[in-house]
Order: sequence, then C-alpha cells, then structure tokens
Amino acid sequence: MSEHNSSQEQLRYSTILYWGSRSGLTISVIAFLAYVFGLLPAYVPVEQLPNLWHLPVKAYLAATHTPIGWNWLGLAGHGDFASLIGIAWLSSCSLLCLLAIIPIYNARRDRVFATICIVEIAVLLLAASGILTAHH
Amino acid sequence: MKRNFFLLLFSTALLLLVLPAEAAEAIANTDATAWWVWPVALFFTCFLMGIVAVPSGVGGGVLFVPIVGGFFPFHLDFVRGAGLLVALASALSAGPLLLRGGLANLRLALPLALLASASSIAGAMMGLAIPANIVQIALGLTILGIVILMATAKKSEFPDVQKPDSLSAALAMSGVYHDAASGRDVNWQVHRTKTGLLLFTGIGFLAGMFGMGAGWANVPVLNLLMGAPIKVSAGTSSFILTLVDSSAAWVYLNQGAVLAMIALPSVIGMMLGAMIGARLLHVLKASAVRRLVIGLLLFAGLRALLKGLGIWV
Repeated sequence: MSEHNSSQEQLRYSTILYWGSRSGLTISVIAFLAYVFGLLPAYVPVEQLPNLWHLPVKAYLAATHTPIGWNWLGLAGHGDFASLIGIAWLSSCSLLCLLAIIPIYNARRDRVFATICIVEIAVLLLAASGILTAHH
Repeated sequence: MKRNFFLLLFSTALLLLVLPAEAAEAIANTDATAWWVWPVALFFTCFLMGIVAVPSGVGGGVLFVPIVGGFFPFHLDFVRGAGLLVALASALSAGPLLLRGGLANLRLALPLALLASASSIAGAMMGLAIPANIVQIALGLTILGIVILMATAKKSEFPDVQKPDSLSAALAMSGVYHDAASGRDVNWQVHRTKTGLLLFTGIGFLAGMFGMGAGWANVPVLNLLMGAPIKVSAGTSSFILTLVDSSAAWVYLNQGAVLAMIALPSVIGMMLGAMIGARLLHVLKASAVRRLVIGLLLFAGLRALLKGLGIWV
C-alpha cells in the first residue's frame, strides 16, 4: 500500500467528516437556541421538565406521550425535537464518509476494506433504522 | 505561575463539585423560572470538565456520565444518552484533523470500529433494558476500574513491534506519520490483532451500555497490546469513537433517551471547555491535571456505586 493511496481515502473521509460535523453542530445549536428562547414551540413545556427528567425513559415517554423510533421526526416543528435533527445528522455523517471512500478501495481492488466499509454502513443503518428498538 | 496553576486546579475541582449543589439550593427555593437552573449548571460543569479533559488525556465522556449521573437530578437513561453525544461531538470535531495528520489511521481503525460499533448497539440496548440501580453499580465498578487503569497503566511512545501478525499483515494495518516533536517520520505496524479485535468488541459494549467514550480503554489496547505508537493510538481511538458512538447514539435517540435540554448544554459546554483546555495545554502541568481527574473519577465512581447500592441516594 503506497502512502499516496493511503492518504487519498483519509483526505476524502476527513473532508466530508469536517463539513458533516460542523453542519450538524451548527444545526443543533441554532435549533436549541430557538427552542430555549421560545422561537419554536416546545412539545414538552420547559417549565415541566424538572418534574420529568428524573423519570426513567419509559415513564418519561408515557407521561409526555412522546413517540419512539423515527416518529419524533413528525414533531420536528417543536424546538425540543428540532434540536434532535442536528444530533441525528451528527450520528449519520460517518455514513457519507464511508460511502465516499468505497470507490477508492474498489479502484485499488481492496475488496476487504470495501467490504468492511459496507458492513459498517449496514451496522449504522441497522442502529438508525430503529428496527432493533421499536419493539423493545 | 505555579501558584496560579494550583489555584486554577483547586477552583476547577471545587466548582465541579459545588455547582450542582448550588443549583439544588436554587431549586429548593423554587420559582417559575427554575427549569433553566439545572441546564445552566450543566453547561458550566461541562465547560469545566472540557477544560480538564484535554490536558488530562481523557475524553469528556468518561467524566460526564459519573459526575452528571451522580450529582444532577436527571435520570441515568438521559445522562447516558447525553454522554454519548458529548463523546461523539468531541470525536467528530477532532476526527478530520487527526485523519489529515495521519494520527488517526483508517486501516487500523475500521476493522476494530466495525466490531466495536456492532457491540455498542447491544450494549446500549442492554443498558436501557436493565434497572437503573444495576447500571449504577456496574458504572461505579467500571469507573473505579478506570481509576486503577489510569493510575497504573504505562505508556509506550514508540512500541517495538518486531513483526506484524498474519492478520494485521493481511489487512495492511500499518503506516507512517510525521512526529512533529522529534521531526522525523515514524513507521509503525501492529501485532496481537485477534486479541485486539476481541477486546474492542467488549469495549464497544461498555461504551454503549454506559454512554461513555471509550478512549480510556481504546488507547491502552492500541498502544500497549497491539503496539501502535501512543500518538497514533490516541488519534485512532478518537476516530473509532466517531463510529462506535454513532451506532449507540441511534439506539438512545430511537428509544427517546436523548433530551435536548440535557444533551445540548452538555455538548456545547464541553466543546467550549475543550477549546480552552487545548489552549492551556502548554501552561498546565498535565500530570497534575491528570491526578485531579483521577481524584474526581474516584469520587464520582464511589458515588455511582453507593447510589446504585442505595447507600448514598
């Protein structure tokens, strides 16, 4: 493996990771500020949070009628859930990075690492899908 | 200078422990605006944790879960969800620079991260399924184990790996990086890859279960077991967390265990603190900060253990 080839995939990965992480953090912070300063309505009124955040997650969800899985996306107009869009983006940006370097491994006929990237993408998608947790 | 340094250390330790108590007092005198007191206290606590995390060489996540879980009123489910995001955001921020500089290596990281991220999903599911007091006890024991590891583990700057094992050779888990301190290019290779893969599977499980970054375990395995240079170990460990914590974070997100009001002040505070910590790297004495962090972890670990046992609720 030449150093040039090695740095090519690292550079591509790092460029996408840089923009992915910065944009995710920016979205999170803007949405959170809009939530805190009341520019976006809250699904769970902030005044009620001190009475709720000590509860186990299942009890919290029941008390607030908060949906699980991807159903939170339907509440993205509320500040507390709009903030989660940035967090979901942060948790997803590695997917794009992995997708972007597969062609480099394929061009080099490095089937093992191309496969590792594909399986890692499958693991991340499985976690993101909510399949494992929906009926949990 | 030395006096100022110790004053800073002392005030940081004091604030880390006093801020939640101050907030509790404010809550006791409750009023209509009391909801913001804890998030503000959380922001400043995370800011201080971020300052000490960088010079001490531990990730913010390992400090976050036991301290916030032990001294704030949030349920451990939400603390772990936020802890994962703190660790993830820190790792994502550092990742691009580490990859460009060759201190994080994809060929070393990807096989290990694959197993660790898969097991972190199982760990996250397990952590959310079992009773909180059991998780608190396990967390306390794990933190006390980390204290022992931090206090006793040695580092090897440039481990001598005579020959790579067959698996690492087949996967070409080797590289070269420019060491700015010595001004030379350092070639490295690794061995004991199968054991490393096995340990990373366990580390991923713990990371998902407790919502902590796992740099405390990644670095010794990469450096002392597999023989990667310490800087490559630290950089690659941080990069691995971007994948491991992403998987586990999705489980917490899908289960509703991420509250924006807890997660965002934590992430923002920790990242701002880490920026200050990075600037203070040359001023602070790393070994003294490390001792401070070991002390904080010891206290927080005992607190988690006693809380889980119902002795100090």
